[in-house]
Amino acid sequence: MIAQLMYLVAALCFILALKGLSSPKYARYGNFIGAFGMLVAVVTAYVHGVVHNGLWILLAVALGVVVGIPAARSVKMTAIPQMVALFNGVGGAAAALVALAEFFAVRDPGFLFLLATVLTVLIGSVSFSGSVVTFLKLQELMTTRPVLLPAGQQLAIAAGVSSVALCALVMTTEIGLLLWLLTIAGLVLGVLFVLPVGGADVPIAISLLNAFTGLAVAASGYVLANTLLIVAGTLVGASGTILTRLMAQAMGRSLANILFGAFKATTVAAQGEEQRTVKSGTVEDVAILLGYANNVVVVPGYGLAVAQAQHAARELVSQLEQRGVSVSYGIHPVAGRMPGHMNVLLAEADVPYEQLKELDDINPGITSVDVALVVGANDVVNPGARDEPSSPIYGMPIFDVDRAKSVVFMKRSMRPGFAGVDNELLYNPKTTLLFGDAKDSLTKLLAAVKQL
Amino acid sequence: MIDLLTIFVLAVFVGFEVVSKVSTILHTPLMSGANAIHGVILVGAILITGSAESTLELVLGLLAVFLATVNVVGGFVVTDRMLEMFRK
Repeated sequence: MIAQLMYLVAALCFILALKGLSSPKYARYGNFIGAFGMLVAVVTAYVHGVVHNGLWILLAVALGVVVGIPAARSVKMTAIPQMVALFNGVGGAAAALVALAEFFAVRDPGFLFLLATVLTVLIGSVSFSGSVVTFLKLQELMTTRPVLLPAGQQLAIAAGVSSVALCALVMTTEIGLLLWLLTIAGLVLGVLFVLPVGGADVPIAISLLNAFTGLAVAASGYVLANTLLIVAGTLVGASGTILTRLMAQAMGRSLANILFGAFKATTVAAQGEEQRTVKSGTVEDVAILLGYANNVVVVPGYGLAVAQAQHAARELVSQLEQRGVSVSYGIHPVAGRMPGHMNVLLAEADVPYEQLKELDDINPGITSVDVALVVGANDVVNPGARDEPSSPIYGMPIFDVDRAKSVVFMKRSMRPGFAGVDNELLYNPKTTLLFGDAKDSLTKLLAAVKQL
Repeated sequence: MIDLLTIFVLAVFVGFEVVSKVSTILHTPLMSGANAIHGVILVGAILITGSAESTLELVLGLLAVFLATVNVVGGFVVTDRMLEMFRK
């Protein structure tokens, strides 16, 4: 009874933790409340539920703390998506393991118990292996391009069908070996599911896997008849689902298209291979353009983060503001490698969050913007997404910077962006290209603006 | 069992209600915070291990405890680091 009450307290804390995130100001307290709830729940479980093996459990917890805290403390903000993917994966694995262990412990399993067990094991193992592949892609330990296995689609269907069949078999025969086979099938399915997802679509994969782990944990709540696991897992499932949907909207594509799109032929038409002229400018040209503008929008992309140029960008913006230029940042929902990633990177560089604007804030007034400064972004300003139905990214909402009075495009080279699509904006007569490393160029720009 | 289903359905609604109000700026902390919350599987892992009878259960349980702990502490610490930057 007391344990149930404590679990209720923990569940409330989790809800408050998520609620805290509705305002950046108080979000941190929300997170403390969530951590407190977790502590209450874990202590309750230990005090009320542990009959034996107590020392072993403490040892395993200690080991987890020793591994988890330094990893979380040292991770760079640019690498947060990989970290989240990894934590997500271990959570899914833990859920699957719990269901496996409970399956072997229970003598006379009922129908619902078995259903919840196979679901937890399946979803948990899909989430684990999928997250590991996502991690490898983000960490660039493997290619970020979609990996298309020969007959990949058939393999995925085969793995899916055998998973479902194994679920049914486990439920009817209750044979442990089959549950292990289901685990393996789930692991294979997770890998096959994420491999064909292209680099730019990885944020979607992360969101979806997050929802999966939540569902696996909720299902494990049925296995153990534990309400806290059900509530907490469901909350995470809801959050992952909402984020997945938002990401899909931000890319203007259906979820099915993102996940399975690579299965279809995505040979980008290699048209326009002939040399086309672009206008490239010097640092001084751009400094004059920026320094005498009234209204500037900075559109940062992941390239900014890779070059560690957030601070340089913020300094340049401060300098421009001192000159009376009004500056805001246009943050695309898919800028960065996971939902909202760019906001975190800019916050790290002390950019006030009031300056971070979304598509709907920027686009209506874009024609009165004097200079749109594109730093390390590409696909999110590609007019092809709006105008060319043949473009692979057609339908993705973009910043309409081609409608601003002028565009400065900072680029390392003429290489196309993450999605590998050519960008018409580069050849627009309004566009000035500034080649070079983003951080380097921004620092030079800052110096040049100071000279004006 | 209906009780558990009731709780699940209500939690779905609470989840959607709360999460849809989260500011878009905070989507990354939302995901890592949610990540930390699903680390609550640690509770399940502790319960399983605490009553494990066979070596197999013990090994599976302890592995789950370890992984879930990494999930919990890592998740909350990373989220805190991010939110600290947004407080100003």
